[in-house]
Amino acid sequence: MKKKLRRTMMYVPGNNPGMLSDAHIYGADSLMFDLEDSISLKEKDSARLLVYNAVKTIDYGDVEIVVRINGLDTPFGRNDIEAMVRAGVHVIRLPKTETAEDVRKVEKIIEEIEKKIGRPIGSTKMMGAIESPLGVINAVEIAKASSRLIGIAIGAEDFVTNMKTKRSPEGIELLYARSQLLIAARAAGICALDTVYSDVENEEGFRKEVQLIKQLGFDGKSIINPRQIAPVYEIYAPTEEEINEALKVMSAIREAEKKGLGVVSLNGKMIDKPIVERAERILELGNIALPEKEEE
Amino acid sequence: MKIVKTGMAGTMESSDINITIEKNQESGIKIYLTSSVEKQFGDQIRKVILETLEQMKVNDVVVRAVDRGALDCTIRARVQSAAMRGAMSENQIDWGLF
Repeated sequence: MKKKLRRTMMYVPGNNPGMLSDAHIYGADSLMFDLEDSISLKEKDSARLLVYNAVKTIDYGDVEIVVRINGLDTPFGRNDIEAMVRAGVHVIRLPKTETAEDVRKVEKIIEEIEKKIGRPIGSTKMMGAIESPLGVINAVEIAKASSRLIGIAIGAEDFVTNMKTKRSPEGIELLYARSQLLIAARAAGICALDTVYSDVENEEGFRKEVQLIKQLGFDGKSIINPRQIAPVYEIYAPTEEEINEALKVMSAIREAEKKGLGVVSLNGKMIDKPIVERAERILELGNIALPEKEEE
Repeated sequence: MKIVKTGMAGTMESSDINITIEKNQESGIKIYLTSSVEKQFGDQIRKVILETLEQMKVNDVVVRAVDRGALDCTIRARVQSAAMRGAMSENQIDWGLF
């Protein structure tokens, strides 16, 4: 089965009917409908119902639908969860996740609702957003808190404010948090998503940041405008040379399997598990089917 | 669901519909619709408003709707929000009515 790519997760305010109905046409891998920070307190109820009805009605095709809910410490969180599980969203994204307990509390409510309405238990996935120093410290426990978690994301604005600094073009202030989040995600076997880049007009700055997070190892980036989609795909796309090399690695490994060999060499270099895994990742990013295994 | 005050939801933005629901002094549901696509979709918009209110067991109300080309799912959402605000039950959702 093809792995789900999450190179771009585009924020869409939950109170905008035009954006809710059109956002999927731009080609983001995932859409994140927001019920939290982009919605005023007076419109929380109407945004929830707008997203609920949109998700139930509109065919978003292969695009993954994520909804960022309000926290359980607000009067809106529980109703948000119930509405979104009933609507059948793919992923519920928790805001400001600081402990594993935060994840488990939301999971418990999701499970109650799935049971109540007859949805398969576990079918609603979850994501955590780490936006504070405490969240960064607890990232490993958070990432392992539930089998429903498909990924964790870093939210930088609150984090840098807590750290008494601000964001810089080089991102040095986020290096520790990004690294910690990545290690936690990889240890748990889930995705790691980077934070937004708010200056839509500054494409050069955006590209630099995407290059940095790709090199660090992030699966993708949270984005706020359709204009940011193409640069991410461009930067994440493997080169022709990388694809050819990956295909050679995969054929060599298939050949070795056929002959019953444990190891194989390609152009004089030993091909081992990490090299195969990197080749698979390149083919995933290039949207290229893996060479089929030979039938016995 | 009993409407106790005027409830309003939605905006005048494109693709949205602004819905105001208030008590009708007479019996029945009365809908006043303004829409740029009235000629082609007026009947469908009224039908969605009426069906949504019936599903929520809302009776004896006057609905004023200003449509800016909303999809059916948006019309449903705005009627539901306006009715719940009118019934002062925005945060006590009875999912049986949806």
